[in-house]
Amino acid sequence: MLRERELIIVGGGPAGMAAAIAAHESGVRDILVLERDYCLGGILNQCIHTGFGIRHFKEVLAGPEYADRYVNQIQSIPEIEISIKSFVVKLTREKVLTYLKPGQMHEVKAKAIIMATGCRERTREMIHIAGTRPSGIFSAGLAQRLMNIDALLPGKEVLVVGSGDIGLIMARRFTLEGAKVKGVVEIAKTTRGLVRNRVQCIEDFNIPIYFSHKISKIYGRNRVEAVDVVQVDDTYKEIQGTLFKVPCDTILISVGLIPENELMEMAGVKLDKKTNSPVSDGLNKTSIPGIFSCGNSFKVYDIVDSVTRDSILAGHLAAEYLKGAK
Amino acid sequence: MKKTITCIECPVGCTLELDIENCRVVKVSGNKCPKGHDYAIEEIESPKRVLTSTVLTENLPIILLPVRTDKAIPKAKLMDAMRELKPVRVKKRVRAGDVIVKNFMNLEVNLIATRSICD
Repeated sequence: MLRERELIIVGGGPAGMAAAIAAHESGVRDILVLERDYCLGGILNQCIHTGFGIRHFKEVLAGPEYADRYVNQIQSIPEIEISIKSFVVKLTREKVLTYLKPGQMHEVKAKAIIMATGCRERTREMIHIAGTRPSGIFSAGLAQRLMNIDALLPGKEVLVVGSGDIGLIMARRFTLEGAKVKGVVEIAKTTRGLVRNRVQCIEDFNIPIYFSHKISKIYGRNRVEAVDVVQVDDTYKEIQGTLFKVPCDTILISVGLIPENELMEMAGVKLDKKTNSPVSDGLNKTSIPGIFSCGNSFKVYDIVDSVTRDSILAGHLAAEYLKGAK
Repeated sequence: MKKTITCIECPVGCTLELDIENCRVVKVSGNKCPKGHDYAIEEIESPKRVLTSTVLTENLPIILLPVRTDKAIPKAKLMDAMRELKPVRVKKRVRAGDVIVKNFMNLEVNLIATRSICD
């Protein structure tokens, strides 16, 4: 017989932790949190910059500090079981989850599930850049992980494509670590990221930012050697005669995030094809009753404080559903 | 003299209009909260930033410990501060908020851990 749990939460980042604590507050007494990493905190662990918690804690915290507050709180609640190194590989409509732990495979059925799987970065392939495929092309978040967790500097002469927040923050991080950031290339007329990041990450360090520009070609056989940058008009068409070449060894791609919802798709949850968010008749709900979604896997938020707020609601909703189901 | 700057205290990012006389801010407008007023004065008269970075650990479960200054330091000292961080090694387990370097660079700020080292 399958073991049955009241509530299973997939993901131990800020969303999953807030949802678990909220569900517990609403009376759920059997909660399992599955986290694939070896510790809780999710992406916050690599977001070492400050700016987190202004709304929720009324304090300015670094990402890991924000996570730490929730880790301390969740670990003090005995009814919440946390299973780390637990990678969910299957989810069914009947709310049966399969997850792997080193050397083991588990199957467990839940009365309710909250998906808090976060989002992933859009890639080079999604923005169609011509040229070769050398090493030295990183998504901004990958570079962030390499620099802030693994102690590796991905390159020394960097061009940032797209002006998402992570790209801007990494431009500053590379500069502080002694690399040269050659510029930020943004196809739109303004920055995609928060304006404060443009000020404190780009203008503070006199990094050139090229609006209405795109990169049209990547050069280099083994390693990136240069890129072509070209101005575009209002319809994003290249303007003749504006092309210039920028020598660099590293390209960071920071062109947005999309919710990571393959498991929900597997279970038959209806997803919006464009945004990859679950289609539902209410906040944090999905097309399958009893499967909830919160945080960046529900909708990509700019700041973690919003993720927390959204996830608290999902925790309460799941508790309400469980009360009704009894 | 008039000057326009963007407040970086929070994600709202207010546009601040400043009246400056003899390098002193005499009037701030456009701020939605009192933080904007104080930011504008500091930004013109002595700009400061909180430094966030990492330091190496020795024989601990994580290679890098994220750190930050507990108060903002002069913007002009950011690169010097990065050089000061290079030789720092953390050898024992710490909790988020623990002081790693006291009175960092004699700037009357502490360098603090922003992550707890778990098992």
